[in-house]
Amino acid sequence: MMKMKEVISPKQAISLIKDGSSIMIGGFGLVGCPLQLVHELCQSDLKQLTIISNNLGEPGKGLGLLVENKQVQKAIGSYFTSNKDVVHAYHNQEFEVELLPQGTLSEAIRSGGAGLGGFYTPVSVGTLLAEHKEVKEIDGKDYVFEKSLRADFALIKAKKADKLGNLIYNKSARNFNPIMATSGKIVIAEVDEIVEVGELQDEEIITPHLFVDYLVLNGGA
Amino acid sequence: MEAKDYIAYRTAQELKDGDIVNLGIGIPTKVVDYIPKDLSIHIHSENGILGLGPTPQPHEIDKDLVNAGKLPVTVLKGSSYFDSAMSFGMIRGGHIHLAILGVLQVDQMGRVANWAIPGENILGVGGAMDLLEGAEKVIVTLLHTTKKMESKIVKDLTYPLTSLRKVDMIITELCVFETDEQGLLLTELAPGVSLETVYRHTKAPFRVQDNSVNQMTGG
Repeated sequence: MMKMKEVISPKQAISLIKDGSSIMIGGFGLVGCPLQLVHELCQSDLKQLTIISNNLGEPGKGLGLLVENKQVQKAIGSYFTSNKDVVHAYHNQEFEVELLPQGTLSEAIRSGGAGLGGFYTPVSVGTLLAEHKEVKEIDGKDYVFEKSLRADFALIKAKKADKLGNLIYNKSARNFNPIMATSGKIVIAEVDEIVEVGELQDEEIITPHLFVDYLVLNGGA
Repeated sequence: MEAKDYIAYRTAQELKDGDIVNLGIGIPTKVVDYIPKDLSIHIHSENGILGLGPTPQPHEIDKDLVNAGKLPVTVLKGSSYFDSAMSFGMIRGGHIHLAILGVLQVDQMGRVANWAIPGENILGVGGAMDLLEGAEKVIVTLLHTTKKMESKIVKDLTYPLTSLRKVDMIITELCVFETDEQGLLLTELAPGVSLETVYRHTKAPFRVQDNSVNQMTGG
């Protein structure tokens, strides 16, 4: 018999996380962000979290609230400017920030999930973001060394899962979700719908089930 | 036509049939509405879309379909979606013909600053550095001066550098500069703009093409 993926509640999902955990959270702004899981994370007492996410929500929404609650010790991402509350909290030294070019962030997540230690990228050579990083000349061109990223958890958002845990996404809500599915040690996918195995066509599956540990049904208990 | 719309319209005239184009946040986003009808242009959005269409009507808005500025967009037939790592692989890997970016400052050699303001907390870079590194050609669009009428085209950048790479073309509401080994070359004046006006509002040395600059009409 096929082993079906366990469907858990948002509360059960968040209860797996410990103080000080590192968590990747999918989404480009609020698009493709697992908002139900983030909401539950904000309701929890978890603290000293390291958050890896392209953005930190919007004022009072999504991951912005997690920062306001002072649950975040460190945030790694590419663009936090759009949330004024986050900028304010950073100014008050409430948390630490590591800023990466968006292509470096996404490649660090991808390569982490693919078992690599890091990579050389030409992006950011000669800028403030390359300070204190190793620069290596390869075939006459300078590259900066960037370490791969992995995390204890990845909280991702997909449109649909089958009961095995295969995933498909919706339009530009795909963004960081498939790569975070590969590099979280425990991957929890919030989905809008769960269908029988076989209902997702093999050619349309974007994230094969082996990357996914738990499913959370959006709007479910 | 308002200044920003003129810049978007003028920038759209640089597109070539079949181009793969990435549009940055701000004025570049408006270029999509000025693409000449006879051209087939494939617009890439860094959040994982190839094949953006015109700005949607209110009833067409889909919350899962946005551009890099997180604004709602449409897609054309033949469009595709991909994850962020593949999207930036396309950018760094040299698969984008043209990137059109908004910037804060341009220096006398055509290097740009567009991600951080000194004295303010640096909390965002997004895809700007990747696009400057990887796109085959880069055009930057900007209003020529700040609200305080200070030139954004300067001898040396006072804002942090985005990339060592020089841009190829600079389009403002006053004029067009191209860049070469020696720096900025004025190639065109916007309708009704005199060379004197450009000199008055530009804080970087530049040369004038063949002593005869193309003057745009209409607009």
